[in-house]
Amino acid sequence: MSILEKYNAVFATVFNVNQTVLSDEFNSKSVENWDSITQLSLVTAMEDEFDIMMDTEDILGFNSYAVGKEIVSKYGVTI
Amino acid sequence: MKDNRILEGKVCLVTGANRGIGKAIVERYAEEGAIVYANARKEASLDEWSKACAEKNQTTVTPLYFDITNGAACKEAIMKIKSDSGRIDVLVNNAGMVTYEMLPMIDFNQLRTMFEVNVIAMIQLVQLASRIMTRQKFGSIINMSSIVGVQGVKGQLGYAATKGAVISLTKSAAKELAEHNIRVNAIAPGMVGTERLIEVFEKSFKDKLSNIGMGRLATPEEIADACVYLGSDLSTYVTGQILGVDGSTSF
Repeated sequence: MSILEKYNAVFATVFNVNQTVLSDEFNSKSVENWDSITQLSLVTAMEDEFDIMMDTEDILGFNSYAVGKEIVSKYGVTI
Repeated sequence: MKDNRILEGKVCLVTGANRGIGKAIVERYAEEGAIVYANARKEASLDEWSKACAEKNQTTVTPLYFDITNGAACKEAIMKIKSDSGRIDVLVNNAGMVTYEMLPMIDFNQLRTMFEVNVIAMIQLVQLASRIMTRQKFGSIINMSSIVGVQGVKGQLGYAATKGAVISLTKSAAKELAEHNIRVNAIAPGMVGTERLIEVFEKSFKDKLSNIGMGRLATPEEIADACVYLGSDLSTYVTGQILGVDGSTSF
């Protein structure tokens, strides 16, 4: 599985959606069930998938599909 | 080597392990078979002792040199433990600083530093360790408070305030982490006969012996024994508690 496929799979699992709905418009404002608990689950799942540990500012800032790619890249996960 | 070691194979991080209570905790944990990571600030200061402690108890004692007020260094240390040992079972937040002064003499820069060391750094380590423990669905966090945080004391308002904060953060973390099977407790020692206390005790606090029901100071090992209990599976249903180890002291 490519890194992008793994990244998408995490989103699909956490938000219980089909990967086809994932886009740069997929964010905390547009997604109904994206609350602080889901965001924490998303971050935890990303950390587990890529074996990284994010800083607090990145946990707080992980509020969209697009921004998330930039954040994980800081930890050496290039999509 | 002891039989029936109750911390056998448990991965434990103990902060402030260079002397006194922290050192005693590492020694007791190693004696009980734990895989111990011992923290101190000064590079190389634990090298010889940790090696001897590990050999004596046929376990692993790894020194980890970092300043607990440095968030990046704390994270690096937690990541190292996770990567080397695969998990963290017990965190003992023992490192701290103490000052003695009457209210009008409080130096606010020193007070801020003390909150940084005794409270903020502790929260940071609880946050980092609990992120690993949440995934494991298991963990025990032990925070070092003090009897003065419970009772208050004349001449140590600043220190007592930090130790009171340790109690409230312990109770709150226990509530937040209980669903992940992570226990968070604090120990509130009375007066402990560490080198640090004995230095000031002889000069300023000898009369305080009358405040201690048992009429003597605690030994660091007696505090370490309480840490063994809270870190072990003997206390799997104990969380959010402040365990006084004070020989019936009253200020």
